[in-house]
Amino acid sequence: MINNNRIVNILVVGVGGQGVMTASEILCDTAISQGFDTKKTEMAGMSQRGGVVSSHVRFGSKVYSPEIARGEADILVAFEAAEGMRWCHYLRPDGVAMINRLHLEPPVVSLGLYPYPHHPVEEIRKQGIRVHDFDGSAIALKLGDKRLVNTVMLGAISENLPFSPELLKERIVERFRIRKPALAELNALAFDHGRAAAR
Amino acid sequence: MNPKPLTPPVAGSRLLMSGNEAVARAVWDAGARVAAAYPGTPSTEILETLAFYPDIYAEWSVNEKVSLEVAIGASLAGARGFCAMKHVGLNVASDALMTLTLTGVVGGLVIAVADDVGFSSSQNEQDSRYWGRFGHLPILEPSDSQEAYAMTLEAFALSETYNTPVIVRMTTRVNHVKCLVTVGERQQHRVADSFTKDPRRWVMVPGNAQHHVPKMLARDKALAAATLSSPFNRLEPGSDTHLGFITSGAAYMHVRDVFPNAPVLKLGFSHPIPIELVRQLSEKVEKLVVVEETEPLLETEIKAHGISVHGKDLLPANGELSPTVLRKNLAPLLGQTAATDPNIGQQPALEVFPRPPTMCAACPHMGVFYTLSQLRNVNIPGDIGCYTLGAGHPWKSLDTCISMGAAMGVALGMDKARGAEDENKRIVAVIGDSTFLHMGMQGLLDIAYNHGNVTVLLLDNRTVGMTGGQENPGTGRDIYGNPAPRVDFVKLVEALGIAPDRIHVVDPYQLPVLFKTLRQETKTEGPSVIITNKPCVLIDHYEALKPYEVDASLCTGCGNCVEVGCPAIHVTRREKVIKPSGKEVELAFVNIETTACTGCGLCLQPCAPKAIIHASTSKPATAGMVTAPGESQ
Repeated sequence: MINNNRIVNILVVGVGGQGVMTASEILCDTAISQGFDTKKTEMAGMSQRGGVVSSHVRFGSKVYSPEIARGEADILVAFEAAEGMRWCHYLRPDGVAMINRLHLEPPVVSLGLYPYPHHPVEEIRKQGIRVHDFDGSAIALKLGDKRLVNTVMLGAISENLPFSPELLKERIVERFRIRKPALAELNALAFDHGRAAAR
Repeated sequence: MNPKPLTPPVAGSRLLMSGNEAVARAVWDAGARVAAAYPGTPSTEILETLAFYPDIYAEWSVNEKVSLEVAIGASLAGARGFCAMKHVGLNVASDALMTLTLTGVVGGLVIAVADDVGFSSSQNEQDSRYWGRFGHLPILEPSDSQEAYAMTLEAFALSETYNTPVIVRMTTRVNHVKCLVTVGERQQHRVADSFTKDPRRWVMVPGNAQHHVPKMLARDKALAAATLSSPFNRLEPGSDTHLGFITSGAAYMHVRDVFPNAPVLKLGFSHPIPIELVRQLSEKVEKLVVVEETEPLLETEIKAHGISVHGKDLLPANGELSPTVLRKNLAPLLGQTAATDPNIGQQPALEVFPRPPTMCAACPHMGVFYTLSQLRNVNIPGDIGCYTLGAGHPWKSLDTCISMGAAMGVALGMDKARGAEDENKRIVAVIGDSTFLHMGMQGLLDIAYNHGNVTVLLLDNRTVGMTGGQENPGTGRDIYGNPAPRVDFVKLVEALGIAPDRIHVVDPYQLPVLFKTLRQETKTEGPSVIITNKPCVLIDHYEALKPYEVDASLCTGCGNCVEVGCPAIHVTRREKVIKPSGKEVELAFVNIETTACTGCGLCLQPCAPKAIIHASTSKPATAGMVTAPGESQ
């Protein structure tokens, strides 16, 4: 768990359409409920068209810049394995990478213009980074919808945060209760599965 | 989107808001009656949000110039008026702006301009603070959402006090950053209950307009005095007087992060520059550094007053600043070589393939660019929208992208200036529906009027796609989702002078028809227009069909389907073979991601062995890609 006295930096990354921004919004929401000053920013150029999405979440007693400086992320949450590789240099030396093993190949890879790395998770590990990897998308699909992956990933990092996993889970469930009540219980389940997978 | 009026959060609420949402709330709280915009990243959400507020008129205008003119009309009618745009939008609106600065306002008039610093989704990078200098206008530069709220409110007051339009200049890192904002109460505000006829003030013929210039110049002086006492310009003391900073906008936050103990002059009302405050800081510190995005405007003005500062000698004059950039580039001033903090990671970035934005599965533009890629001997001036992606892989079938509507004029100029080698080249100009209505119509009129040999492909997908699917006069709905007159593109282009037999409406999923029509029209002299008529797959009434899959026993690896460019088609295996002719070819065997496929059937058409068949078990996919609310441009 991260100590409470300094700014917490969480970098959430993935591919446009995976729900990265929703996940980081829920993290912000939870941090605010605990009285933290909170900021969130994205570099999501044309993200809706399958591009890279990286969302910076920062909270603490007083946050100035919304951007996490390179080398200062406490947690990297990657919804896609190669995206984990792309951003892992943002981690602090003692940071943690939580990686979904999913491979999403963009058309430039399908066209043979670029290779997809053989073992993205191993490449990250080779950097000396502490990595948890698991197939979060398989869990989401098994529960019935690949879109659950963002809740699965939040469950996975829930024990590394300066607030309790139960609290984060409650904020997710509450959000769905308001917007899509039919999905509230399913998301609670996805959260628990993610949490268990990261243990 | 179908906004229904919401119950706005009560005064005193503390909410997580983007800069755009905060500006919208401030416009409402300021009691503005009219707000207008054309969508453009990163400003789009300001009007999207305002459409949810009750008791204020919001509209999508056809372009930014019209949006400003609508705001001017509101001001003249005695109410507060507002418009929002991205940086390039103000280029379009500037014709109105440069005379508005002479007439002044009645009701407060505020323009929020969003500079896409760092090119997240734009064709250039501009520093809109120049308009303050060019147009003799006050510039306010918020650093976060709370300031965006406060400064937008203040901008209306300044506008009325100093009889001037006011620019609130934002950047992507203010527009799209979310942080906590405490909101206030809505004011009921009107300056006048009617328009007052006053030709000397409002009819800008030379005899009238010239009398306004001295007033504008006098206003400059009054504004310069105002910036000295503005609460948005503050000197923050610091214990480490080695370096002092002068900074504005998002850059202020990075300075505070990296140099927590330095004295800082934080400029929020940054033009005209409060030079006495700069002088005061210069007396307190050893060295001054100006940290601003993007051009050295404050720096140049400070230097002109004989004060020595660092700025763009150390910092980049383009792209976003960040804590990382400041730490690295300002290290020499501190006698350091680089950051050596053991708590900061020093790993190099790993090399990973790029992930450029791409067209969605089943995008109606895909068939168009696949077809264009099959045509030889053609130059293809293009325009701004999702279809600009046609310049990328695998189609590589769009040759230019300059500005909104430019495809038309560029095509005509290419036609008129043909060199010997281009004599038999066909010219196909590509433009989307909303871009055409924004600024393309005039160009087509020019093509028709001047006998251009140009075929225009008007891609009507019934939305402003790239910015996230806003309404426009081609969609038949207004910003509230209510029915609105829908432009009839066939009648419109005919009225502009295109012969009726040279106008064709085609289904972009029918590749042979599209191909035949394009070939026939480009072979014939004179201008023609081909309109495609299928909607964007991301808009709510798109209906997905049964998905397809690949029968691996039939796939011959020809790779034709890959050339369509659909992100749901993946190569599973490559193989090099020698043909009977002795030629070596690479085969690419594929599969289709059934959960992403929406059954548009484009890839079937070039598949010779008929290996693409309806998926046996899967249910239809969700239309387009799965996106979270707000995950758009």
